[in-house]
Amino acid sequence: MRKRNRGYDVIELEDVSYGYGGGTLLTELSLKLAPGSFHFLTGPSGAGKTTLLKLCYGELLATRGRVALFDQDARGLTRDDVALMRRRIGVVHQDCQFLDHLSVAENIALPLTVSNRAVDPAELNELMKWVGLQAQAGAHPPELSGGERQRAALARAIIMSPDVILADEPTGNVDWEMSLRLLTLLVELNRMGKTVMIATHDMNLIRSAKAQVSARVLRISDHKLQLAGADL
Amino acid sequence: MNAYLSKTLHFVAGDAQADRVVPPTGFTARLTVFAAAAMAFLTVFALALSLATGRLADRWGDALAQSSTIRISAPEGQMDTQILAVMEVLATTPGVKDARPLSDEEQHALLEPWFGPDLPLDTLPIPRLIEVVEDDDGYDAAGLRARLAGEAPGAVLDDHTRWREPLVRAAERLRALGLVSILLIAATTAVMITLAASAALAANAQVIRVLRLVGALDAYIARAFVRRYTLRALAGATVGTVLGMLALAALPSADAAGGFLTGLGFQGAHWLWPLTIPPLTALVAFAATRNAAITTLKERS
Repeated sequence: MRKRNRGYDVIELEDVSYGYGGGTLLTELSLKLAPGSFHFLTGPSGAGKTTLLKLCYGELLATRGRVALFDQDARGLTRDDVALMRRRIGVVHQDCQFLDHLSVAENIALPLTVSNRAVDPAELNELMKWVGLQAQAGAHPPELSGGERQRAALARAIIMSPDVILADEPTGNVDWEMSLRLLTLLVELNRMGKTVMIATHDMNLIRSAKAQVSARVLRISDHKLQLAGADL
Repeated sequence: MNAYLSKTLHFVAGDAQADRVVPPTGFTARLTVFAAAAMAFLTVFALALSLATGRLADRWGDALAQSSTIRISAPEGQMDTQILAVMEVLATTPGVKDARPLSDEEQHALLEPWFGPDLPLDTLPIPRLIEVVEDDDGYDAAGLRARLAGEAPGAVLDDHTRWREPLVRAAERLRALGLVSILLIAATTAVMITLAASAALAANAQVIRVLRLVGALDAYIARAFVRRYTLRALAGATVGTVLGMLALAALPSADAAGGFLTGLGFQGAHWLWPLTIPPLTALVAFAATRNAAITTLKERS
């Protein structure tokens, strides 16, 4: 039975630190992602944006502090618990990894396949149309352009209708027009009630979002998380 | 029991969509099929050896234990007298069920393998043989020897003990070695399939990463690999077993050639035994791949 978030933040980090090899990457980091909120995460390359996202979907465990995913302490989750969490947290990776032997449509439907849920061809087609990949349904991932890969990754991240969407530099490898298109898709998802957090160093993208959505901009600087100016 | 059967049937039937999640890996696939086929082929022979030596041990142990021979060496004129004397002694010996002198043809047949078919038996001073069959209680060999020494000095009792026991022991050892060979083959099969599955898991690290990213449980990922390798092992073992059985069936029959090696095969219901090799190989592959998959997934967590 799927657990809905009632009365708690979908993801909560409390005084979290993360380090490896004796060094500290993130420290004294506290963050709450409320249901339906929209966040941008900025910071220079290597500041720890990807690491923070990984802490948010259970890929990494904090070396100090508490991370709660849907009100459950991430430290107490088994591997299978984390897998189940990921059905509620759609992730769009910067490098967009796919299974190259499967078609684009099969890759997008993969979260349904691994959860033993039936794939409705009409719904899949509708989703592919929404992200503009209808013509590429039968193609294989290596045949896609950077922008198409990003959109395929986004479609795969949302096919399970997750509560949260975490996107790591989703516009990193695409042109400006495609960046705006991806942003629009994410804003639409947010309007449907999804919690969205986008890690990006593209300030133009953040400015462009201003007209469309009420978003908080967080910045990682000196290993700490800061609110970057007023909410957009 | 029903739940277990249902799980097994579900595993064998599989899920076409889930099966496609793991990419086909040509090298490890061929390696697994070949290894399973080769090992099944060898298992058929090890099984045949074990069963044949088992039969041999039983035959030597049971049949020969019931019989013995009295050899009579005497000058030409005294041979018949000595034979009669021995037969009289045997007729009054408790534990002797039956006794009869071997005919010239039977003695000729015994000597033919060594001297050829045209042996002039009547011109040679060949000892005469009397075959003695004992009853279930058996006779007193020492007592019989003593009586023969008195009544027929040229008669020597050979109860086969001195050569039968080492042969029976050897046959039993061979049977045990056959069984050990089967166990070693099973272990080697497990090792080879584990290596092949581990190689496939290592080669598919990215696949595992993507599957985890989209919420696949460990059991789902493991099952995708385990099912594939189990079915490959089953297919390979089936081919190997059929080839092994055909090879054994093509051996000359024991009746025609009469030797032990030509008797290396299955008889009657024993032909059913090799049919257990493919499912047992699949079981070994299932356990080996599952163990390899779970270990790899744990290491990668």
